Amino acid sequence: MKILSKIGIALVVVCLGSTMATGKTLRMSDSTDIAAMDPHSMTESNTIGFLHHVYEPLVRYNDQLKVEPALAASWEVVDPLRWRFHLREGVTFHNGNPFTADDVVASIMRAIDPASPVKSNLPAVTVAEKVDDLTVDLVLNGTDPILLNYLTNIYILDKEWMTEHDALAPADVRKGKENYAVANSNGTGPFMLESRQPDAKTILTVNPGWWDTPKHNLTRIEFSPIGSDATRVAALLSGELDFVFPAPLQDIDRINRADGVSVITGPELRTIMLGLNYSDQLHSSNVKDKNPLTDVRVRRALSLAINMDLIQEKVMRGMSRNAGILVAPPVPGYDAELDTRAPSDLDGAKKLLAEAGYPDGFEVGFDCPNDRYVNDEEICQAVTAMWARLGVKAQLTAQTKSKHFEKSLAGGSDIFMLGWATLPMLDTYSVLSALLHTPNDRMGAWNPGKYSNPEIDRLTEAAAGELDSEKRTAMMTEALAIAKDDVAMIPLHQQPLVWAIRDGVSMKVTPDNKPRLWYVNIAD
Amino acid sequence: MFAFILRRLLQSVMVMLAVALISFFMFRFVGDPVNSMLPENASTEDRLKLRVQLGLDDPVATQFWNFVSGTVQGEFGISYRNKRPVNDLIAERLPATIELVFVAALFALAVGVPTGVYSALHRRGIASNLLQVLSLIGISVPTFVTGILLILVFSVWLNWLPSFGRGDVVKIGWWTTGFMTISGIKSLILPAAMLGLFQVTLIMRLVRSEMLEILRSDFIRFARARGLTDRAVHFGHAFRNTLMPVITIVGLQLGSMFAFAIITETVFQWPGMGLLFIQAVNFADIPVMSAYLILVAFVFVLINMIVDLLYFVVDPRLSANGERT
Repeated sequence: MKILSKIGIALVVVCLGSTMATGKTLRMSDSTDIAAMDPHSMTESNTIGFLHHVYEPLVRYNDQLKVEPALAASWEVVDPLRWRFHLREGVTFHNGNPFTADDVVASIMRAIDPASPVKSNLPAVTVAEKVDDLTVDLVLNGTDPILLNYLTNIYILDKEWMTEHDALAPADVRKGKENYAVANSNGTGPFMLESRQPDAKTILTVNPGWWDTPKHNLTRIEFSPIGSDATRVAALLSGELDFVFPAPLQDIDRINRADGVSVITGPELRTIMLGLNYSDQLHSSNVKDKNPLTDVRVRRALSLAINMDLIQEKVMRGMSRNAGILVAPPVPGYDAELDTRAPSDLDGAKKLLAEAGYPDGFEVGFDCPNDRYVNDEEICQAVTAMWARLGVKAQLTAQTKSKHFEKSLAGGSDIFMLGWATLPMLDTYSVLSALLHTPNDRMGAWNPGKYSNPEIDRLTEAAAGELDSEKRTAMMTEALAIAKDDVAMIPLHQQPLVWAIRDGVSMKVTPDNKPRLWYVNIAD
Repeated sequence: MFAFILRRLLQSVMVMLAVALISFFMFRFVGDPVNSMLPENASTEDRLKLRVQLGLDDPVATQFWNFVSGTVQGEFGISYRNKRPVNDLIAERLPATIELVFVAALFALAVGVPTGVYSALHRRGIASNLLQVLSLIGISVPTFVTGILLILVFSVWLNWLPSFGRGDVVKIGWWTTGFMTISGIKSLILPAAMLGLFQVTLIMRLVRSEMLEILRSDFIRFARARGLTDRAVHFGHAFRNTLMPVITIVGLQLGSMFAFAIITETVFQWPGMGLLFIQAVNFADIPVMSAYLILVAFVFVLINMIVDLLYFVVDPRLSANGERT
């Protein structure tokens, strides 16, 4: 599809008189369809993001990515293992059923069911208990300072409706039968499902009885996924769509040149980085008796040899934001002082490599996806060339994401590319627990290189139990500083988010790549 | 004839089994579905558990046995991504693909056969030389380029036809059709043109060369010697004998149009089976992929059988000593 989009770009050099959106309908397109209407069936962020218009969580992120009350009007920590949520009064589901504590209990229990695919998005909760009709307690198995962040992803369904349609248990591929909620919906959100044809069109209409004061003026959303980049852009240019995301990086100029449409951009939360193998021996290296990557001087040299300014300018067309640490600015735990990248220095890198005992460099395997991140393969090619000047011969394997992650997660890579958005937690803890902590049953699931640093492990575990947010943030920042000093992984950049809209549509790019259409207005 | 059909059926079963085996082994190389099914923050323990529950850790022989026995019963399980029975998903997408292939094939025949006959009869004419040049272009330009060009001209520049999707569809039982609405018919035109264009040129060139070959043969000379009209010679004798290879090729091409609709469906976001398959590949959605491959193999086998049977209709010699060929 890559060739296809490139040719499309070469061909479709046009502009066209715009047709305004009819009424207050927003016609939008994403590159993939949502997986299902069931909010507890899939954790893909595009599915979760779209379903937020139909279903709502107890607490939600606002357009600044700050947690605010949604179905829960307020909450308190009764004790560190018991959180009490006071539910909003007068909320009704789309079918008219009232929203009560029973719905919350049933939904939470459905989400954390052992068969639920989303249960790891709410790891600490063991049980939800009804206190009265509008009060619910969540009981935890350990202190969880970021419980609210997790809850923003757990949507509430109607218990009565689920009971009626035998959908109280989550969708489960292993059972061999379809769950009613997969194709139907009944939420409390600002929009209601009118119809859905998978891969073709999903239509939402405004919910007139929404509990919140609408900040949007939409009456209807028509969502049509279009997989081919060139077609998606063409459909925007031809006036068939009002909003597309993502817009291909190389099409930005053309869209901006066309009449009636423009591109909106912003940095994404996702930090692109290179993971390293810390085992005794590398898979494809000429150094057999030891692993050069376990020497911090080698890691520092590899990092120094990468000229991120050049990649930012040439490969990313000036749209990316170079990173010095493993998290993006909006993520709690981020520290601007740490987030600096030493300028690339080939001589310095060569000297470090010589000190480490590799004056002539070495061979190493390098794995990249070619369809997961923005210009992922091109970045890896550039890095390979930069390392070649250092004498490090990287054997680049760029392949499709499912193959790439299968290989790298099984520990089959020497150096591999990885992007981490910290979602759904939106917290540095995500990086610490999944990427940097020594792998065990609960942590380090994405640390196949088996990086292990007792100091980071200690800080990670301490942050997990610390309810004082200031102390906790300081611990996480300290861990990030250690990881930076030790070059545990090599951060590259935050990739750009590029959306395109028709004139008259007012919206902003949110760094988590989830359009929040209840903030969108269309001009008359 | 009965023995012939029986032999054909037996061969078909062998082909299907071979496809099942090949596709089964292909799945070992598409990546690990567990990585795409679970969230990034799922623990190693959860991953292992899901892998065991999906049977991905069973011995290869057991997995293959489960796969074949499921396939024989027409049971492909639940899609990993869409969480719906694969059979439902296929049934939902099948009408879109069939309508697209049907219209494209009709277009290919309606244009390809007459132009082919014409350029054979008027071999030195300007029009037929022009057709030859055009057909060369049609054969050599990759289909996705044609697709994008069509979108550029008819959607973006002229704003006549939609650039994606199927328009409004009408439901008749489980079948959805785009033939009943204006937007449905408009949406069909560009994808059908893209899918059919290569076939038009192929059929045209084939008809032309076959016809030229036959016009040179002895029995045509005899027919002319008998004093038959040009019309009777061309259409009663020459054209009829041209049909044999044309039917074979068209039959085979029908199968490949069904299979290669993937590209057209991806370019035009046509909600058919090809699109379903591409997404399944991206997600390592094994149940959907296997069902698709088996179905495509089945379509090929079926079309081949029909083509073989058509021979009996077109060529009387076959029914006379068909048992021995």
